[in-house]
Amino acid sequence: MPDTTPPPLDSAQVAHLASLARIALTADEIEKLTGELGVIIESIAKVSEVATPDVPATSHPIPLSNVFRPDVPGATLTVEQALSGAPERDGDRFKVSAILGEEQ
Amino acid sequence: MTSTADLMDFDKALELFEPVLGFEVHVELNTKTKMFSPAPNPAAPGADASEPNTMVTPVCLGLPGSLPVVNEQAIRFSISLGLALGCEIAPTSRFARKNYFYPDLAKNYQISQYDEPIAHDGLVEVELANGKTFRIEIERAHMEEDAGKLTHVGGATGRIQGADYSLVDYNRAGVPLVEIVTKMITGAEHDAPELAKAYVSAIRDIVVALGISEARMERGNLRCDANISLSPRGSGELGTRTETKNVNSLRSVERAIRYEIQRQAAILAAGGAIIQETRHWHEDSGTTSAGRPKSDADDYRYFPEPDLLPVEPSRALIEELRSALPEPPAVRRRRLKESWGFTDLEFQDVLNSGLLVEVESTVAAGASPAQARKWWTGEIARLANVAAVDPSSLVSPADVAALVALVESGELTDRLARQVLEGVIAGEGSPSEVVEKRGLKVVSDDGALIAAIDEALASQPDVLEKIRDGKVQAAGAVIGAVMKAMHGQADAARVRELVLERATTP
Repeated sequence: MPDTTPPPLDSAQVAHLASLARIALTADEIEKLTGELGVIIESIAKVSEVATPDVPATSHPIPLSNVFRPDVPGATLTVEQALSGAPERDGDRFKVSAILGEEQ
Repeated sequence: MTSTADLMDFDKALELFEPVLGFEVHVELNTKTKMFSPAPNPAAPGADASEPNTMVTPVCLGLPGSLPVVNEQAIRFSISLGLALGCEIAPTSRFARKNYFYPDLAKNYQISQYDEPIAHDGLVEVELANGKTFRIEIERAHMEEDAGKLTHVGGATGRIQGADYSLVDYNRAGVPLVEIVTKMITGAEHDAPELAKAYVSAIRDIVVALGISEARMERGNLRCDANISLSPRGSGELGTRTETKNVNSLRSVERAIRYEIQRQAAILAAGGAIIQETRHWHEDSGTTSAGRPKSDADDYRYFPEPDLLPVEPSRALIEELRSALPEPPAVRRRRLKESWGFTDLEFQDVLNSGLLVEVESTVAAGASPAQARKWWTGEIARLANVAAVDPSSLVSPADVAALVALVESGELTDRLARQVLEGVIAGEGSPSEVVEKRGLKVVSDDGALIAAIDEALASQPDVLEKIRDGKVQAAGAVIGAVMKAMHGQADAARVRELVLERATTP
């Protein structure tokens, strides 16, 4: 069966995604992932074919909503616990490399 | 690093261009706990977040295996705010992950709302000093979490550029936020800077009236990002916009808008192009500097937050919250003006200074409306202007009411009260503590006053003659001498009474 539809994903998009996710990929890896992710996207696209407009979009498999917690303070970590996993600290704060950029 | 940009005269800029505004105001809710975790909320009343990383749970740190759970009170507050903004409350709304890498949030995403915000399509009426009202359309109000606080260390300026490393305090991470986004605002023209201030002030009044935020701009409880672009007159084309951040007072909002209009106009008139970017406001220099380039297609890869379920407020809950809303701002203004007995001018004066809440709270704390107005729009506003801060950041309404009480009981003269106010602002304590520490009480001991009067009269015998001849105004010289001897700590009216009494009794 000749396939005339464009591929669902190209290697430039995969490279872009990798950079957004801060993952270093070689050209070979990008090529390989472009194919693999493409297959996944095509499979999921099949679901859209059966989803009619009267099927509401959902973000969760369980039909639940309004799961809340009362506004009551609970236990916190101690500073030592909070910083125990920090690769680097300075006093009671996490120390991180200077990152060019700013708050979003 | 702040370079001085060329600025065009404001009126000239308005001749050539039409300003188009838009605002994103972030409101920190004052719930007891954070948005998604039971950690105490640093934005709660009286919270002390000065020790870093002491108000955190695994959720705030994004530790593996931790799960967020929504704070019910934050939902109620958000719905109330949406209703007060005249918004529709969405029957279903969802949280989404906004993905970005920056250490202010440890999990590499912020939980926010994207295409299904809790509130949308509202309207806020804003009144300007000249009596003009503007209807500002609200596009949406959505819930999200605040990020941690970064301190950049090293580099020449202590700013982001050139820093050697950064220190992170996650106390603020997860504080409940509502972000209020306006639609594009056109037609503000010359009023654009004032409108900006009036809008943020209106939002502040609303959240204070609802009691859902401490709303202290200088503490970051209320933050405004101001979008502005210029459209060449008659072109019908929208200009490229900038987004000015870090605007931490009502006063700065106004100044920042004015500055950006003048800066952009100068660039455009010289044939240049505006770069779509964030701009940082610098309070000290009154300028903005370039931040991060910003595109409409910032790639945050939003997707529904799988760890949280949809929020579907019942009609009953929405109606319950609607019926508990405080009176609308315009109704409230009319009521206050009437109960305070202010003239139009006096009331406008309070409104224009953005001090309605302060005067109201001071009156609630026991001061007379006239005195509350006098102190806030007078001496406190003057000191705030000198210090280039908002008056509300200097002193609390309770302290102002206490000060007024000391004046009205005769313990302080106006002049002494101004010194006491300075002491309170300098952090020396409450008004009565400052009176104590600085020894500023009025000399109300008539004996001490009479002694000083007799001394002054003795050294100025001609004055005595004149007063006895009925030239009462001659007493001024003696009163002045007595006030000086008392280092100003006497009630001039009482001194005058005593002088006349002494002069006329042989």
